[in-house]
Amino acid sequence: MDIAEIQAYGYFGLTAFLVFVLYSYIYHLYSTDKKEGGHDYENYSNIALKDDIEDTPISSVSDDKEK
Amino acid sequence: MENRPLEYDYTVAKMFMFTTIVLGIVGMLVGVILAFELAFPSVNTFLGSGLAEFTNFSRLRPLHTDAVIFGFTLSGIFATWYYVGQRVLKVSMAESGFLMFIGKLHFVLYVIGVAAVVVSLLAGVTTSKEYAEFEWPIDIAIVIVWVLFGMSIFGLIGIRREKALYISVWYYIATFLGVAMLYLFNNMAIPTMLAASPIGESGIGAWYHSVSMYAGTNDALVQWWYGHNAVAFGFTVPIVAMIYYFLPKESGQAIYSYKLSLLSFWGLMFVYLWAGGHHLLFSTVPDWMQTMGSIFSVVLILPSWGSAINMLLTMKGEWQQVAASPLIKFMILGSTFYMFSTLEGPIQAIKSVNAIAHFTDWIVGHVHDGVLGWVGFMIMAALYHMAPRVFKREIYSKSLMATQFWIQTLGVVLYFTSMWIAGITQGMMWRAHDEFGNLAYSFIDTVTVLHPYYTIRGIGGLLYLIGFLMFAYNIYKTMTAGRKVEESELQNASPMGA
Ligand code: HEM
Repeated sequence: MDIAEIQAYGYFGLTAFLVFVLYSYIYHLYSTDKKEGGHDYENYSNIALKDDIEDTPISSVSDDKEK
Repeated sequence: MENRPLEYDYTVAKMFMFTTIVLGIVGMLVGVILAFELAFPSVNTFLGSGLAEFTNFSRLRPLHTDAVIFGFTLSGIFATWYYVGQRVLKVSMAESGFLMFIGKLHFVLYVIGVAAVVVSLLAGVTTSKEYAEFEWPIDIAIVIVWVLFGMSIFGLIGIRREKALYISVWYYIATFLGVAMLYLFNNMAIPTMLAASPIGESGIGAWYHSVSMYAGTNDALVQWWYGHNAVAFGFTVPIVAMIYYFLPKESGQAIYSYKLSLLSFWGLMFVYLWAGGHHLLFSTVPDWMQTMGSIFSVVLILPSWGSAINMLLTMKGEWQQVAASPLIKFMILGSTFYMFSTLEGPIQAIKSVNAIAHFTDWIVGHVHDGVLGWVGFMIMAALYHMAPRVFKREIYSKSLMATQFWIQTLGVVLYFTSMWIAGITQGMMWRAHDEFGNLAYSFIDTVTVLHPYYTIRGIGGLLYLIGFLMFAYNIYKTMTAGRKVEESELQNASPMGA
């Protein structure tokens, strides 16, 4: 196997790997969305919409400490 | 002490709003002068031949690029960070004396740095690396300013009430980390006073001079890895941070898909860093690197459009707001120009297209549809949105803002269309030859043909500058004469006077 062939396999392998990573991330986003222990991603938009200093945080740091 | 309710503290944000406007005027004024110098060479000596050293094109060009990038844009990034950061983390800078001090120090050192840059560039002191012209003493000052910016970001994050980091915060963090890495590596240099020549001389040259640590092709590679990613982390990432906050907030609409915003974020981070090679097509760098630069440039369309489409879809069912509010017009047109220039760039990165486009005015046209239509519009929109909140007054004039929008839009269109025609004409003329391979045109032939387009560009730029002055006036009047408003009027759409 010469260097060009190794490069070609490497190139294919890397592309396949990156495609895999991309789709796993999308899968991860959708599968943990709104689940117990996951995140409610779309609700995070409200961090900008309800951003007065008196507004209750969407996911509060202090909630965490109370647990 | 009296017991006042907690409020966000915009002191530092206001300071940076001020430099955004002042340096914007300076940078764009110099841009307009440059444009007319190219069209009418006599403008090079507009202050007389005695001062020609300071007014000629080559002396002023780096002043323009650095004033608009490191002056106008960077100030806009800092101003919006000190505004958005507090709000989405739900913590006030007034709660931490330390962060307040860091913020003010950040501003003071920044202004000193800017002054040093302006003086040294006018004096002709430069390392000659594009967008990295500053000599080592200034580089060190810039690193300190940057570290202070980082302390502000992570300090505020450290005392936040909101646990989840809003998407804009991710983009600000990426700006900080990206620029830090790029700036350090590209500016590695050795002061000439420490160097010794083969025949044993030492202490060569002025104390502030330095030579790059890289040479030849390596220098070019590092330079354009930096240069292209300065576009990424100066003109794209932080501006996306702005639009993800200001468009939803001003329109009252939740981001169309928050998940898409996350996906685009990681996509952009991964892809951008590999695309710099497209600045070096047909040069001495290895062919595979050039190809990689082209490929990654084309892939870059996806994460860029991911954000831009997400913003346009955020307005789904709410398009009447675009018609009604000039502020939203700025952002929607900005997002559209972002899509436009992130399609144009990849096209220019294709080798066969680049063979015509490289070194021509088409590149300059591409730069400016991005920076005028996207960066400039978005920063002005952000400041318009912030003004009523930081000054507790209504925006002075809606009709002035609408007029400004149309004047500047016309300016941008004149700028990029004239540069397209000029660039492609130039590219075709340079390569035209007769049947024996003799070049068909000499350089001066192209200059004659391009003259009208250079004039149009100058006029387009002038319109944009006039619009910017209207913006400055509108903000000034908001600050001093706008009707006072209550907190309740500041929820979403910014209050505007007629
Ligand atoms: C009033 C508006 C402006 C005018 C009239 C203007 C004009 C110019 C001119 C004449 C050049 C030199 C082109 C050449 O060498 O052939 C230039 C370069 C450049 N300008 Fe502007 N400019 C304006 C605003 C801006 C803004 C707001 C930004 C960024 C935020 C910007 C970024 C740049 C950059 C990065 C370059 C270097 C392009 C390259 O090397 O290809 N300009 N501009």
